[in-house]
Amino acid sequence: MTETRTMTLNMGPQHPSTHGVLRLVLELDGEAVVRCVPHIGYLHTGMEKTMEDKRYQQAITVTDRMDYLAPMSNNLAFVLSVEKLLGIEATERAQVIRVMMVELTRIKSHLVWLGTHALDIGAMSVFLYCFREREKILDLYEMLSGQRMMSTYIRVGGLMADLPDGFERRVRDFIDEFPKRVDEYEDLLTHNRLWMQRTVGVGVLKREEAIALGVSGPALRASGVPWDIRKVWPYSGYDRFHFDISLAQNGDVYDRYRCRIFEMRQSTAIVRQCLDRMPKGPVNLDDPKIVPPPKPLVRRSMEALIHHFLLYSQGFTVPPGEAYVPIESPKGEIGFYVVSDGSNKPYRVRVRPPSLLNLQALPRMVEGRLVADVVAVIGSIDIVLGEIDR
Amino acid sequence: MGVGGARDEPRVVGRLRERFPDAVREVRHVGDELTVVVAPAAIREACRFLRDDPDLRYEFLSDLCSVDRLRLPEASPRFEVVYHLTSMRNSSRLRLKVRVEEGEAVESVTGVWEGANWLEREVYDLMGIPFRDHPDLRRLVLPDDFEGHALRKDFPVTTEPRWWEEEGRR
Repeated sequence: MTETRTMTLNMGPQHPSTHGVLRLVLELDGEAVVRCVPHIGYLHTGMEKTMEDKRYQQAITVTDRMDYLAPMSNNLAFVLSVEKLLGIEATERAQVIRVMMVELTRIKSHLVWLGTHALDIGAMSVFLYCFREREKILDLYEMLSGQRMMSTYIRVGGLMADLPDGFERRVRDFIDEFPKRVDEYEDLLTHNRLWMQRTVGVGVLKREEAIALGVSGPALRASGVPWDIRKVWPYSGYDRFHFDISLAQNGDVYDRYRCRIFEMRQSTAIVRQCLDRMPKGPVNLDDPKIVPPPKPLVRRSMEALIHHFLLYSQGFTVPPGEAYVPIESPKGEIGFYVVSDGSNKPYRVRVRPPSLLNLQALPRMVEGRLVADVVAVIGSIDIVLGEIDR
Repeated sequence: MGVGGARDEPRVVGRLRERFPDAVREVRHVGDELTVVVAPAAIREACRFLRDDPDLRYEFLSDLCSVDRLRLPEASPRFEVVYHLTSMRNSSRLRLKVRVEEGEAVESVTGVWEGANWLEREVYDLMGIPFRDHPDLRRLVLPDDFEGHALRKDFPVTTEPRWWEEEGRR
């Protein structure tokens, strides 16, 4: 008589392929995964609670630290909710700059995903290539805001500052070169036999499962759902740009890879359109009750000084109400549900975390498959634990 | 194109009222956001109806979260559980709410949307609202032996520092 006994394997929280501090408890039958139970919370710092204690402008800095690979997408989502409550809309130039930066952020986030995902599966050089290009976007961030990662560049009512001199030329240099770089990544991976053996047919998520589990972003589109919030509910003027959304049918690791590669190319095209049609004009609203007046004016005008003082000591108040504006971040649908009680601090902030919901689908994708596939699947859903745990 | 709501109000609210005459407590329509407050006893059936109705098809649960209304002008019932629903077919959005007092359980919607599992666990963990018929109601982010619920408005955000010597002396 033979007896089958399963073994429990603890993976993480310090395992390098868990992209942060994710812990998985795997029940194994030989090499096959019988059950997978994720444990999260190692990075929980109470960000939603922290934001209740910050003035609206200060709270933007917290959003940077949630999905730290795509800080500007988070900034934008939060700022759009607050602007909706205030009943204001950014200027045309600010909107185009926002779209440009958010798309560069998408490229940046996808580059980290591709690099680490390939590294997990064993392709070292892709990692080095991707981080080479990511570095250039970080340089752009630094030039723009003085910060390489936590930029807090998108503000309520506009932006931190206008584009510095020479910025547009550097962005153009980058996007002229970038499509060739994507070709390089694809040369290394797309038809690579080893890559395909590790990814094709692995971690399949069916269309209905993806919808029921609340999966969003490239992971949802790879499962055959043509759903992109930039197209469905355009924000920040996305309806004025021409681009296609990624779509694949099989819902496996390989399709998620192809969707994100496609998105990198589309994002490049959107950035190019932003540069070509960059409107002139101010980047901030002329509303001294919300946007701090320009510094030279503060030195000359008493009224501007008072506004400056009030905005930096008390901030602005937001009328009572609630708002939720979803946007398409590199990871999926992100949105901030902001409840205001009429004071200068949000009463309650809730972020809809795309990584959390995408991670929840992990057991569905790995159960019944091999341990080695778990690593490939985690890489393919592109999670950031900072946002999952908050 | 608005974020749903606006053009859908008569249809959604009409269908809900028709199906659950007593359950629709309040309808609020601000800008393009439509909010419907539903009686706690009806929430699961209302969700199932909204998901399956061939006209409405709210098949995607965007988010599930909670608000502690302790410091709001209208503070009773104390808690609000908020559901953000998306209909991919009609490109429309809907916000459902149920209001409960402390200790009162809300019916779990995990049977309607599998994705609600972790979201309800998070609400249970951080706001202390229990969910009835949840398959695996454990804390999500905080450790199991954590005391209190961190997102409640009366949760202390500052504490007296305790020095390690004091702990040793005890």
